[in-house]
Amino acid sequence: MQLAEQLREARSKKDILLMTHLVLGYPSFAANREVIHQMVENGVDVIELQIPFSEPMADGPMIIKANQEAIASGTTVADCLAFAAEMAAQHKIPFLFMTYYNILFKYGVREFLHKAKEIGIRGFIIPDLPPEEGEEYLRLAKEFDLAAIQIFAPTSTEERMRTLAGHGDGFIYCVARRGVTGSKTEFDASFDDYLARCRKATDLPLAVGFGISSREDVQILTGKADLAVIGTATIRLVEEKGAAAVGPFIAGLR
Amino acid sequence: MNKPGYFGQWGGAYIPEVLYETFRELREVYAKAKADPAFWQEYVALMSSYSCRPTPLTHADNLSRHFGGAQIFIKREDLNHTGAHKANNVMGQGLLVKRMGKTRVIAETGAGQHGVACATMAAKFGFACTIYMGEEDVHRQRPNVFWMEKLGATVVPVTTGSRTLKDAINEAFRDWVSNMDTTHYVMGTVCGPHPFPEMVAWFQSIIGIEARKQIIASHGKLPARIYACVGGGSNAMGIFQGFLADSEVELIGVEAGGKGIDTGQHAARLASQDASPGVAQGYKTMFLQDSDGQMLDTHSVAAGLDYIGVSPLLTDLWEKGRVRFTAATDQEVMAALDLTIKKEGIIPALESSHAFVQAFKEAGELSSDQAIIINQSGRGDKDIFTIAHAFDDPSWKEFIRKKGEEYATR
Ligand SMILES: Cc1ncc(COP(=O)(O)O)c(C=O)c1O
Repeated sequence: MQLAEQLREARSKKDILLMTHLVLGYPSFAANREVIHQMVENGVDVIELQIPFSEPMADGPMIIKANQEAIASGTTVADCLAFAAEMAAQHKIPFLFMTYYNILFKYGVREFLHKAKEIGIRGFIIPDLPPEEGEEYLRLAKEFDLAAIQIFAPTSTEERMRTLAGHGDGFIYCVARRGVTGSKTEFDASFDDYLARCRKATDLPLAVGFGISSREDVQILTGKADLAVIGTATIRLVEEKGAAAVGPFIAGLR
Repeated sequence: MNKPGYFGQWGGAYIPEVLYETFRELREVYAKAKADPAFWQEYVALMSSYSCRPTPLTHADNLSRHFGGAQIFIKREDLNHTGAHKANNVMGQGLLVKRMGKTRVIAETGAGQHGVACATMAAKFGFACTIYMGEEDVHRQRPNVFWMEKLGATVVPVTTGSRTLKDAINEAFRDWVSNMDTTHYVMGTVCGPHPFPEMVAWFQSIIGIEARKQIIASHGKLPARIYACVGGGSNAMGIFQGFLADSEVELIGVEAGGKGIDTGQHAARLASQDASPGVAQGYKTMFLQDSDGQMLDTHSVAAGLDYIGVSPLLTDLWEKGRVRFTAATDQEVMAALDLTIKKEGIIPALESSHAFVQAFKEAGELSSDQAIIINQSGRGDKDIFTIAHAFDDPSWKEFIRKKGEEYATR
């Protein structure tokens, strides 16, 4: 089943879906394994696996640190692919790769997408690859039936949103605010207005990310978005309290 | 046909969606300025009243005699206000910021020259200013940090990654994605997403336009060769553009050879075998990276050349065989610097001294009716700590020791 369809079906049974994020190799693949286990056990619907990159331009301090330390401790792209294959084989939920374009470019875009398909990855989030620069990637994603997830920002005009939606697949990732990952987002009237604009521009499911860290945040999004994306919050939790704290945290989100 | 923002296969705009509109606005204001002759006139007038333009072309007769070959000319970008070619670019972008109605500028800096130039421009135009600088470079270039702060800028030491220029660029982008409504990012070199490479090259072309007129006036014909150091490539593109159409003029870019090309501790992209095509910091070029696409650590005695990427314009010219690339080691740089000071009473920046190294190696191959130009991108005052240390100067060390004691006991 196509990712968008699968998410719509899941969404028909839940008020909101949860997507979580982690940086591969940070603090270790063993910890990643445990965290993913806890996430799946506690009802996470989609997991975004970030392949670390040395120049994570769009990320905030916590995720930069995770990227840097994962690379410093020897995490390679091959390790990430092997680990993702293991997770996709073990758990039923969709796994996505999130990374920067150079990781695909250096590997060979066709080879990378082919490999991703082979190991059961369902889609990609590449924050530094606008559709204008991603022709080859978009074409290959279609060929391999992988979702090339597009990103909306509060600064995107209606026209721009329609263009992005035209290239989008799986769902649309709506960045909740300006800035980088990790700081708090205010859910005010202008945010509602933004989400309404997003909804108007596409029929794809909407995921909302950046600064979502609590049950209150998820509740605010319920009924407005299809997926809530928890990023920095779990990385911080693992850092402060260890992998075992992730289960109860996820269970308490909705 | 090339895609807009591409030079051959290099360049592009690999930017996060949140900056899409910001870049659209920037492309628009730049295109309008470029199509408006009054804008360039305003720019040239500002540079002549504020920044000592046209900068002279100095005949280095002692060095010419010393090498017994070509007549050596030096294009004196060191005489710009704030001591480097960086002034050309920041004043140009400053005029665009005024047109956009923004009130704050941010910039990255390696050697600190771009930071000082940007802080100066901000002071003159009345903009708020934040400068991102790798922590390692903050230590290496303390005099420039001092001046940026005195000029009213906030200097933010960047502690991520290798704590040098590339990390400062990432931090500047992170600031920009939060504050693009009020803020313009004054990219310091001919790199980054479109339209930066093309736009910065345009402002720096003032160097080459002047140099071509000057060499014909003083030497009667075009030079045989032009040498420029290459960090990102803005001073090199600046002077090269004046001669791109003159196929008989050979253009030579000199990168940082650091401790030697075969040591891995250098920043030579096009002059070494260590770089490969990649996409980072918003554009496609040759990067120093590993087989996974992770950027490598670089090394140079000159903070301004210590960078993983290189201008897409230069990569294209290199691929087409129009620009030849070489590298100078830290050690060669110190020797060339020493000789230039002694023979001509001119103190080039450590960055610029890379260009001198290669010119000195080749001057003897040419005859005395031929001319070569070295682009002296900046002056060496900012490097006093590094240079004095490299020369192992005993009285300087004594001075620093005494100063240290003085501060410790106060
Ligand atoms: C004096 C001087 N020359 C050269 C450079 C390198 O920059 P570019 O290669 O863009 O000219 C710098 C950069 O800081 C500099 O300060």
